[in-house]
Amino acid sequence: MPKDQSIKSVLVIGSGPIVIGQACEFDYSGTQACRVLRSEGIRVILINSNPATIMTDPEFADATYIEPITPEIIEQIIIKEKPDAILATLGGQTALNAAMELYERGSLERLGVRLIGADIPAIKRGEDREVFKTIVEKIGGSSAKSIICHAMSECIAGAHILNYPVVVRPSFTMGGLGSGIAYNQNDLELIAGAGLRHSPTTEVLLEESIIGWKEFELEVMRDHKDNVVIVCSIENIDPMGVHTGDSITVAPALTLTDVEYQKLRDLSIKIIREVGVATGGCNIQFAVNPADGRIIVIEMNPRVSRSSALASKATGFPIAKIATKLAIGYALDEIQNDITKSTPASFEPTLDYIVVKVPRFAFEKFPEADTKLTTTMKSVGEAMAIGRSFPEALQKALRSVEKKGTSFHWNTAGVTKDYLLSAMAIPTEHRLQQIQLGLYLGASVEEVFSATKVDPWFLAQIVAINEIAQQIKSAASLPDDLLRIAKSNGFSDTQISELTGQSRIDITATRHRIGLRPVFKTVDTCAAEFEAHTPYHYSSYDLESEVIPRTKPAVIILGSGPNRIGQGVEFDYSCVHAAFALKEAGFETIMINCNPETVSTDYDTSDRLYFEPLTLEDVLEVIYAEELAGPVIGVIAQLGGQTPLGLARGLQDAGVTILGTSPDAIDLAEDRGQFGELLEVNSLDAPTFGMADTFEEAVAIAHRITYPVLVRPSFVLGGRGMEIVYDDESLAGFIQKATEITPNHPVLIDKFLDDAIEIDVDALFDGEELYLAGVMEHIEEAGVHSGDSACVLPSYSIGSALRQEIRSATEKLARGIGVRGLINIQFAVVNNSSDIEKLFVLEANPRASRTVPFVSKATGNPLAKCAALIATGKKISDLRGLGLLPASGDGVPKGISVKEAVLPWNRFRRNDGTGVDSVLGPEMRSTGEVMGIAKTFGEAYAKSQTAAFGALPLSGSVFLSLSERDKKSALEPARTLSQLGFKLFTTQGTHQYLSESGVSSELVRKHSQGRGANGELTAVDLITEGVVGLVINTPLGRGTRFDGWMIRTAAIQRGVPCITTIAGFKAAVAGISDLQGKSFGINSIQEWLATSE
Amino acid sequence: MSKAFLVLDDGTVFEGESWACEGETFGEAVFSTGMTGYQETLTDPSYHKQVVIMTAPHIGNTGMNSSDEESKKIWVSGFVVRNPSPVVSNWRSERTLEDDLIANNVVGIKGLDTRAITRHLRDLGSMRVGIFSNTELTREEMIIKVRKSPQMAGSFLADSVSTLEKYIVPAIGEKKFTVVALDLGIKAATPRSMSERAIEVHVLPATSSMTEIMALKPDGIFLSNGPGDPATMVDAIALVREIMAAHIPLFGICFGHQIIGRALGFDTYKLPFGHRGINQPVKNLRSGVVEITAHNHGFAVAAPVEGNFNTIYGAGFVSHICLNDGVVEGLELLESPVFSVQYHPEAAAGPHDANYLFDQFVTLMTNAKVSNA
Repeated sequence: MPKDQSIKSVLVIGSGPIVIGQACEFDYSGTQACRVLRSEGIRVILINSNPATIMTDPEFADATYIEPITPEIIEQIIIKEKPDAILATLGGQTALNAAMELYERGSLERLGVRLIGADIPAIKRGEDREVFKTIVEKIGGSSAKSIICHAMSECIAGAHILNYPVVVRPSFTMGGLGSGIAYNQNDLELIAGAGLRHSPTTEVLLEESIIGWKEFELEVMRDHKDNVVIVCSIENIDPMGVHTGDSITVAPALTLTDVEYQKLRDLSIKIIREVGVATGGCNIQFAVNPADGRIIVIEMNPRVSRSSALASKATGFPIAKIATKLAIGYALDEIQNDITKSTPASFEPTLDYIVVKVPRFAFEKFPEADTKLTTTMKSVGEAMAIGRSFPEALQKALRSVEKKGTSFHWNTAGVTKDYLLSAMAIPTEHRLQQIQLGLYLGASVEEVFSATKVDPWFLAQIVAINEIAQQIKSAASLPDDLLRIAKSNGFSDTQISELTGQSRIDITATRHRIGLRPVFKTVDTCAAEFEAHTPYHYSSYDLESEVIPRTKPAVIILGSGPNRIGQGVEFDYSCVHAAFALKEAGFETIMINCNPETVSTDYDTSDRLYFEPLTLEDVLEVIYAEELAGPVIGVIAQLGGQTPLGLARGLQDAGVTILGTSPDAIDLAEDRGQFGELLEVNSLDAPTFGMADTFEEAVAIAHRITYPVLVRPSFVLGGRGMEIVYDDESLAGFIQKATEITPNHPVLIDKFLDDAIEIDVDALFDGEELYLAGVMEHIEEAGVHSGDSACVLPSYSIGSALRQEIRSATEKLARGIGVRGLINIQFAVVNNSSDIEKLFVLEANPRASRTVPFVSKATGNPLAKCAALIATGKKISDLRGLGLLPASGDGVPKGISVKEAVLPWNRFRRNDGTGVDSVLGPEMRSTGEVMGIAKTFGEAYAKSQTAAFGALPLSGSVFLSLSERDKKSALEPARTLSQLGFKLFTTQGTHQYLSESGVSSELVRKHSQGRGANGELTAVDLITEGVVGLVINTPLGRGTRFDGWMIRTAAIQRGVPCITTIAGFKAAVAGISDLQGKSFGINSIQEWLATSE
Repeated sequence: MSKAFLVLDDGTVFEGESWACEGETFGEAVFSTGMTGYQETLTDPSYHKQVVIMTAPHIGNTGMNSSDEESKKIWVSGFVVRNPSPVVSNWRSERTLEDDLIANNVVGIKGLDTRAITRHLRDLGSMRVGIFSNTELTREEMIIKVRKSPQMAGSFLADSVSTLEKYIVPAIGEKKFTVVALDLGIKAATPRSMSERAIEVHVLPATSSMTEIMALKPDGIFLSNGPGDPATMVDAIALVREIMAAHIPLFGICFGHQIIGRALGFDTYKLPFGHRGINQPVKNLRSGVVEITAHNHGFAVAAPVEGNFNTIYGAGFVSHICLNDGVVEGLELLESPVFSVQYHPEAAAGPHDANYLFDQFVTLMTNAKVSNA
């Protein structure tokens, strides 16, 4: 039976905002699902609150709801759209949980809609650890000994039976959230306590420790005819004890014999059958004892997962696409293998290359956080690389991570073998580098194995890499053969230059002189057994290249590399749009990227895909190969964020044409001196600033420009190392920290515009005409990083005169910088004492910004597509003619859209196990975003909060604790809350201020005061015990006020919405008041865009 | 370590480094796409007179052990690997791959672009190959030597791989059946799969006569895999016709399947580059289910896939096909207790999806016993 003809329309549930453990891999899977369904003539209805995704583009579904993923809203959508079926297995745990809730509420039955892709009993069998264990036993497998607990007392008793250390795993959470390893009762109380709270079923599992065992994953697919295939095996180089998302992993598995591998395969097949995943994909994890081969089944995910995205990119077998086809009735043998075009999908891919994935972390953003890697996932992104050998793939993957210190180096200054051996025993993001350097310093494979339990096979490969490095280092001059060996083992020209002391340019020149260049092989699912029709390439130093000649002119698009805080899915969105627009404009599109989670690295997105590190060397080699294959117009570098922008200058110096905004223009915008001149010429204001080399200078500058000031090291990314300081004392503290970060680098000191409104502008410029796409107003005041601040489009407090001033300033800057494409400018508006608004320019970025997808969705104009077309020579007037931009005028938002940032506080803990502080500041720390769109600001804001943090309470109690300088401005919203029927709880100062102003509240004890004589609760108790449904706590400075920090971490851990700014407080009150007595209205994006507001 | 050359019949030369034994070797160039199971491949007698190119780059990682060998020796005539492992890491490993290759006098070559060779063979078909290491020969001399080596088509190889003495693999548990397995190049996993099903397996030399077989009063007869061109197996084909005429349950795999095909009157033909891997999708045409199977065959049976066919042993049908290229992968007779598959239900190396075929053999023998009783 091919397609199920009864399915005419499907509701696809997306995964919501990007969070740690659930990233843009679900945009990739969801986008594939939407494409497949539409190509089958099925009407697609989509819900996803994340505007930065490709899947929420209006053309990917017939009705796209950018709305909070809650059962109430999904029910409304079902009633309105009447889908025949719901597909919830491609939107991660969020979608699966939403489907479970709909089922529990009886909505599916009541509304007459069925789930496809997985049924509820199968999801439960797969995810409920107790049930899953019995299934594993039934099919003849074994599980780690474990005990299910529902209360702390049960946990403590259980740990005594299993013996410490024990692994704690909460049920029904994703990315290992709330799990950890407890070595003693103290650990257990902290970890299991949080786990019980995080688990929707208040259930945790205590498990015998199998730390140090080998860890494997198999990706399995099954169809309704009971055909089962294993798509990919993945081996974790980091053994058990580190979450697989935080592990360096390799595909295929490299250290199992066929007999052992087939045991895992047989178990996987029996499990998927017994669990009853009728159609679709799942992921099964195993631990194998390296001493005797004992196998333990760890867990399964009865859905498409992060590993499935990796497996899809690693093999060329598109799991999400196939899962969707299976869900609508096809069988595996009825689906064609896209790559060979002649063989069916009912086979198991075989690889003739090695794939390595390396995670990327962001601990520098959370200096308080414990950097140990455990069973809770902490990484924010990943890079993947492909090579014809493990050393080649590993070294490519390490440089793909684009983080200083990640690539191997052989500088042993300041480290000893003994230090490294003890350091590597504790897994951190630096462990592999410690292993490599330790081995280089003479540690034996046995010593390193006993410290880390990393399989000796991988260690031997690293030893071989070190030996090559040693040969290069000790060679008087570099022989050609050695250079050849080094390149085929993945050494970059930069690494070789570090080892030889020659410049990188000289190494590259030598290499090219002897004709030593990489060839490009093809990912073809079948190890060359059949011809591949999909140009999905990777480089290798080998004999034969497979790049096919072409006649069409090509445009090369540089992607954004691994996700990190400050550079995420929104940049992939822009790159993918460029590929679509340029393909349509008749170009051959070529994508270079190394992030396996993305839509851009789907072989369907561009005409050719190069899965390569985004370094100058690797990119130039691709360009060389493509220039040999046919005409290349140039490279687009302005859409993938800072990564490609950083390459633009080097590419231009190497003779490559950069399309759109030139590297000179980019430099101009980044150079404070040149940019300052530009502002001056155009009579634009910026906050006064100074640059200090010493502390004394810094104090002098601060006094001259007056506190508060924003201080930062001279070179920053994503707001790293920035802080707002209010006095000499905290300035001294910062200088000490900052100069530790970058020695010999001066510190920048800017006047901080207290209480200013921050404005974000996205615009297009073609050299003549400016198109102002959107003017967004931040809800948090200046000082909160724009990426972490909620913002609203259209701006609500900007009058037409000021708007005109913003437009004119934007045009002057775009012209002055020489923008050809997108520009993003941040302004601050200060209302001075005489109530005159004054505009300041904070910064200008001549590239796609984080807000491009948000603005594109709110206005219906595809900005990234337009930017790509401008870069290849189109004018704004042409784009107006093509209907991509309005016939005249600037961007007009439909309805009111609010963007809210989502922050990963609950992922990080301090070394002592307590939570990290959750105060917003000038450093960006959010991982993702949501969008709320409505007719009023209040409703749009309430939607954004619901989507990001869970619903705002509409009644009940609110806890307020305000800093001295915020009390005045908080009075009105507090009064409104009280009038709306909320009970207010306050601490001493706030209590007094409110009661003097006629707002009554109940006084509670501070945490530091402890409970009262009669058991009166403290503020923290109120939150922990669930008395209050909303916490308003505005701090002064960061981390200094112990009470505030305790309050905020308690709120995060209890999952109570916690607002830390007055502006956020005001917006929340507006939202609550708007929502009281009615539910959200819902409209699809297509409906919004059809309105002519 | 010295320079080594892989020289193909069509004059293409790939340069690599010597590995395992140095010297010269010749055979048919075939590629195997399995990512695991090099030990099983090397010890599979079907690879006799073949030079095997492994498409997976890292080979030898898990060493060699005595429980995974499919026969007592390594049969390949040459072994081509991109990156042999410098170390062994596995709890069951007893020896290194290179040591075993040297002990078996196998000439190897490493460090060449195995994907380029595979693509070449895929496009132009399997062909003769030579490996030359530490050689004084010129390219032309090497090519001439390769062209003078024997072709696979027309090769009779069964007698050089078959056991000389019969041996018995006892049933595990209580014995229920006796099966005679004709060794045309049998792998250890095959009698093991039968013994696990309460079958006592008498493994007999390929040249055994009907009388010798019948003396053992078998409940069923099994024809194994093996190397060579099935068209050369004239005696075995005649023997199979006698077995079919006697209505004794008969099960053949791989080479045995091709012999059954010829005994039924079908032709066999050489595939362009064969099926060698452990990921081959085979569809069971009766159940509609796809099984992922282990293959190692360069020849195939030409039988009509649609509908039933008629033979002098009654009607039959093609029971399995390969979904990649539509090649016949299974035959079954409707009126005689005979079936065969082109692939390896015993796996080793490879997936276990097809081991139900041994159960089918048991059913066939059970039914025969019932009807004879």
